[in-house]
Amino acid sequence: MTVLSAPRSFRPSRRHILAGSAAVAGAFTFGFSIPAGAQQAGTPEINAWVVVHPDDKVVIRIARSEMGQGTLTGLAQLVAEELNCDWSKVTTEYPTPGQNIARNRVWGNFSTGGSRGIRESHDYVRKGGAAARMMLIQAAANEWKVPAAECSAEKSVITHKASGRSLRYGQVAAAAAKLEAPKEVPLKDPKDWTIAGKALPRLDTVDKTNGKKIYGMDFKLPGMLNAAIKDCPVFGGKVKSFDAAKVRGMPGVKHVLPVGDSAVTVVAETWWQAKTALDALPIEWDEGPNAKVTSESIAAWLKEGLDAPDAVVGNQNGDAKGALAGAARVIEATYSYPFQNHACMEVMNATALYTPEKCEVWTPTQNGEAALAATAEASGLPLAKCEAYKIDLGGGFGRRGAVHDWVRQVVAIAKQIPGTPVKLIWSREEDMLHGRFHPITQCKLRAGLDKDGNVTALHMRISGQSIVAGLFPQNIQNGRDPVVFQGLNAPGPEASIGYSFPNLLIDHAMRNPHVPPGFWRGVNLNQNTIYLESFIDELAHETGKDPLEFRRSLMKSHPKHLAVLNAAAERAEWGKPLPAGVFRGICQTMGFGSYVAAVAEVSVGADGKLTIHRIVAATDPGHAVNPAQIERQVEGSFVYGLSAALYGEITIKDGRVEQENFDTYEVMRLEAMPKVETVIVPSGGFWGGVGEPTIAVAAPAVLNAIFAATGKRVRSLPLKNADLRKA
Amino acid sequence: MTKLNVNGRILDVAVDGDTPLLWVIREQIGLTGTKYGCGVAQCGACTVHIDGVATRSCALPVSAVTEEQKIVTIEGLSPDGTHPVQQAWIKHDVPQCGFCQSGMIMTAAALLQANPKPSEADIASEMTNICRCGTYVRVKAAILDVAAGGQLGRG
Repeated sequence: MTVLSAPRSFRPSRRHILAGSAAVAGAFTFGFSIPAGAQQAGTPEINAWVVVHPDDKVVIRIARSEMGQGTLTGLAQLVAEELNCDWSKVTTEYPTPGQNIARNRVWGNFSTGGSRGIRESHDYVRKGGAAARMMLIQAAANEWKVPAAECSAEKSVITHKASGRSLRYGQVAAAAAKLEAPKEVPLKDPKDWTIAGKALPRLDTVDKTNGKKIYGMDFKLPGMLNAAIKDCPVFGGKVKSFDAAKVRGMPGVKHVLPVGDSAVTVVAETWWQAKTALDALPIEWDEGPNAKVTSESIAAWLKEGLDAPDAVVGNQNGDAKGALAGAARVIEATYSYPFQNHACMEVMNATALYTPEKCEVWTPTQNGEAALAATAEASGLPLAKCEAYKIDLGGGFGRRGAVHDWVRQVVAIAKQIPGTPVKLIWSREEDMLHGRFHPITQCKLRAGLDKDGNVTALHMRISGQSIVAGLFPQNIQNGRDPVVFQGLNAPGPEASIGYSFPNLLIDHAMRNPHVPPGFWRGVNLNQNTIYLESFIDELAHETGKDPLEFRRSLMKSHPKHLAVLNAAAERAEWGKPLPAGVFRGICQTMGFGSYVAAVAEVSVGADGKLTIHRIVAATDPGHAVNPAQIERQVEGSFVYGLSAALYGEITIKDGRVEQENFDTYEVMRLEAMPKVETVIVPSGGFWGGVGEPTIAVAAPAVLNAIFAATGKRVRSLPLKNADLRKA
Repeated sequence: MTKLNVNGRILDVAVDGDTPLLWVIREQIGLTGTKYGCGVAQCGACTVHIDGVATRSCALPVSAVTEEQKIVTIEGLSPDGTHPVQQAWIKHDVPQCGFCQSGMIMTAAALLQANPKPSEADIASEMTNICRCGTYVRVKAAILDVAAGGQLGRG
């Protein structure tokens, strides 16, 4: 076994993080060795994706991160389906980013965001499973000296029908591992699936019910110290000074250190000691140029962008401005959507051990390779001398993917105390203040109608923040951030608009406040769907048409969008009378490769209290890999989307975030949870994601139902700021 | 030195009396199934039982807990993970990321012990724990399932 170069004494703890996945008794534990394949005794790796142990236990390697979305189970199902193995013997493990690089990125992309875990890797992971099956069958055929074509495999048993002989996978694994990988690897037709496509339980549930599951926050190394941190609360500010002498004598305190030029850490024996001392530490900040920014000043800047002459076009056909100028009637509305924090239940954290020869980081991350790159950059060591170990996430939602600010911090701390492992845990307050926030935007929509009430033109002007400009400015070309137009793109396989207008213009006036943006579960599909689907609803009401019928009339060239809208409407029995006081709203969108629609049933009391009774949600993800997990993602999407719609708002005062914890940044709780009915209508032929798209239909379905109930059109979120009492 | 009764064992812990019980459990006693989520008793990830009552341990100074009070953490809810609530959680495949679920399970177990047949309204008012993945539908279903089974309650 090739052991990575950390001291031997650390190995038990590292094994611990993989307990339940790789730590199979008596077999090799993958987390600490660079798998080099079959040449290693006792390491029966058939290929990069599949390890088969002599006792038939199958270990499937998963490159993407599990953060609750079930990708671990879904990806394992796809591999197991092609492997024809016994599902009850399947476990999983993560290869490390360093191993991926050492093996020429054999596991492909580690990035786990954009609902891409399955939809972007289904092909090569299934081929991994199929190739392994072919090699196992070939090994048995070789032993029997018969053609492989006469043999078949089912549930980890290979059979030669003609002679009645059979062998278990575990019996031929070592021989199979020595064979050449097949060149041609055909895949099954999804209609023949028996493991994939089934509503199987998750593989990782039990340890989440008994306290055994180790999250990043729980990770320990011998001799480890604990760190708490404060970064300048005003983005772009710096540390002016801090008085370490005031807290050095406090219990447990070991170090008081700067972290970059904007943060200070206290390192102590326990985290609580570190936090207590940090709270007592006098710090003076240089708040920098943003110290006067407020939510109001940002809103005014964005408002100016709604009519600014310069804007970048995202989608257009015909001459929308001309048609609007000649329209018999113009309907106009302006919407806005606030900053939001991801608010993962597990705050940002990481553990690091730095020596001049090596830097290692253990962290919950949506992108192990990005965590490794951040480790290398922050440590100043080459990639080959760094390693990042992924730990399952206590929530990700996009916060733990594109930016690894907390990893840079922990490495900067560890570098100042070489040889001593240190775990950095953010306080909830730090996590709330230093998010990578859902971007802030406003949107002005103008529709032109002819004298008969037909829509002749739509102009949709988005003003506001660009995530890509904030995170990857090198990817902005000609001033255009393509992600801004999610759900509004021209017809195509990704995030396309579901309506046709004779004249259409969708453009963006970029305005980037100093508040750092990030990819936030659902990303720009969230507010774009609110803007468009609310406005479509406005047009329906303004022209006296039923919101469903009005949509259908604009969707004739968008059959997939229409089919999923119809599926939701049918299940919800759109048009059928509801109990007194209950009203419906409907909407649809397309993004992350999938088509989604929802119907909400709400009532609004005389006091303005909103009750959401029932949600019907339809999803067409092309292929449904695990319907039970899709249902959970749809239900969870409503919690995330409705949390945002009802409460989610980060406001800025004096350049800093005002909300510091869940008492001021409210989120949805069980009490507000409606009944959710999920309708899965997989039409086949494509692979869509399921972790995000449904979030986008949560708010507009409810907003449209609120209008039906009250006649009030809420155009500025969250709803907690709106007075829903009937006028 | 403070004495605590945790999961049926009397433990000596040397810690400042202001330290929240949560951090004593996590850092001194070394049981990490109980989670830090907010530190201000808002989210419930830190829920343990004290004499059978679901208690948010993140805002409770350890000095406020006596040796006579029985603290139970997720690790001590059952010897082998077979408490009816744990079994219902597995049956309904409740957890997503799982981070909040120790607190959810401890809150649900205390609820069902005190009120073996909770109504949906009872569940809504007692289960105020935050889950950002959004497992509420399954949490409710699992609790109702345990209630239907009638295995819990004041004997």
